[in-house]
Amino acid sequence: MTETDHFVAVRGVIKRFGDNEVLREIDLTVDLHQVVCLIGASGSGKSTLLRCLNLLEPVDEGTIVIDGQAITNGQVDVNVLRRKIGIVFQAFNLFPHMTVMQNITLAPRKARGLSKDEADSAARDLLQRIGLDDKADEFPDRLSGGQQQRVAIARALAMNPTLMLLDEITSALDPQLVGEVLNLVRQLADTGMTMVLATHEMGFAREVADKVCFLDGGVILEEGPPDQIFSSPREERTREFLARIIEAGRLLA
Amino acid sequence: MGKFLHAFFSPLGLRRAVPQVWDGFQTNIKMMVIAEALVLVLALVVAIVRGLPGRSTLPLRAIAVAYTDFFRGTPLILVAYVFALGLPSLQLAVVSHQSLITYGILSLTIVYTAYVTEVYRAGIESVHPSQRMASRSLGLTYAQTMRYVILPQAIRRVVPPLLNDFIGLQKDTAIITVIGVTDALAQAGFYSNDFFSYAGYTLAAVFFVILTIPFARFTDHLIKQREQLERGQLV
Ligand SMILES: Nc1ncnc2c1ncn2[C@@H]1O[C@H](COP(=O)(O)OP(=O)(O)OP(=O)(O)O)[C@@H](O)[C@H]1O
Ligand SMILES: [Mg+2]
Repeated sequence: MTETDHFVAVRGVIKRFGDNEVLREIDLTVDLHQVVCLIGASGSGKSTLLRCLNLLEPVDEGTIVIDGQAITNGQVDVNVLRRKIGIVFQAFNLFPHMTVMQNITLAPRKARGLSKDEADSAARDLLQRIGLDDKADEFPDRLSGGQQQRVAIARALAMNPTLMLLDEITSALDPQLVGEVLNLVRQLADTGMTMVLATHEMGFAREVADKVCFLDGGVILEEGPPDQIFSSPREERTREFLARIIEAGRLLA
Repeated sequence: MGKFLHAFFSPLGLRRAVPQVWDGFQTNIKMMVIAEALVLVLALVVAIVRGLPGRSTLPLRAIAVAYTDFFRGTPLILVAYVFALGLPSLQLAVVSHQSLITYGILSLTIVYTAYVTEVYRAGIESVHPSQRMASRSLGLTYAQTMRYVILPQAIRRVVPPLLNDFIGLQKDTAIITVIGVTDALAQAGFYSNDFFSYAGYTLAAVFFVILTIPFARFTDHLIKQREQLERGQLV
């Protein structure tokens, strides 16, 4: 396969914050309709990698090609690029001074140039899909964490992205609210959305992922199909990490 | 003591001074309203300029910083003198041929814009960076992010301190009297010359206080409302 056969191709990406080399020669490919899960300890660089994919962070070295277009050569219009890539954050980051409807329609109207009517009706469809059509006129602080995160996903989907990046989107949620958000992600995967997600939910990763990448100290130490990574990891570090996660899960339960 | 009370508070003196001092006070009101409107807009512009991204905007940002530093440190009375005496002497086309009231408004605007710029800036910086990130990640430009996401949140937060600065501005309109504007203070002075009574000054003070109280109460109300809101969100 050549570089352009992959929907996303990351080659030798290095990212530094000052002297701190946070990503050290990352290689990663994502195919169309694939779901790729990034796992790894806190600080291993999952968020940074996701943020490099839509140029929220500029990379220092290496190349990223998305949909046949090199985005790391400094030639792309970041605003145009980001309109095609949705990202959802751990902390929701909804706009608190806007209603749910306004949150969802802001970017379609201002960045895609849709009329208010077009944007509103598309937003209504999305709200129906996420089961929150009755919350259109509520402000975010009146919603539960799970509902807010679903709105944040809808806000990203409203731009009709071809790639979704999800950064630990259930980590800030109470355990009983995690399910509703994961259900929505599962739905997205079923519709064939190409996704890269960082997660600590190993069960979920195992279920939805086509490929799991284990990040350790800024490199992808091991990658493979979920069954292989979770059942018979090749690397000692991966085994240790998974053991720790299972341990923590037991402590919580 | 009796003399003092009579000079400042004689009922007849107070009553007789009303028309004259009120006439002057209208000039104070005019100056404060125009200056406040200008400050509201100009300070926002300077605050936005100070926060512009990119290396190419550095000179602009430097000018904005120099401006706020300079005029926050300069007494209004000096600025007023410089404008009222200096600008006419330059014999320039438009700027040298303005009324004293205009020079007064100009001084108030320039000095208070420097203060209010800082207020706006604090507001802009108080909006969490994740808001900017969320907006930019949707493909909205820097300008759109400012306009729709950052400023609406920032401005809401700065209303109380902004009103506080405006209370200061209202009182400081009295300083403009030194350049010869016939305001409430000037009229009180004329009155004391004509009638040997200081009641005009008392009256001017009353006018200023009456104007300030609703402002102050409203500010308190907003602060309390915000506190309640924030407490509500914590629960
Ligand atoms: N803006 C920044 N400036 C400086 N250092 C940063 C910045 N963002 C991240 N880092 C550093 O980069 C490293 C990787 O952080 P990153 O957030 O990508 O990790 P992560 O795998 O997402 O961790 P977590 O599971 O805690 O979210 C950390 O050491 C972090 O301190
Ligand atoms: Mg992270």
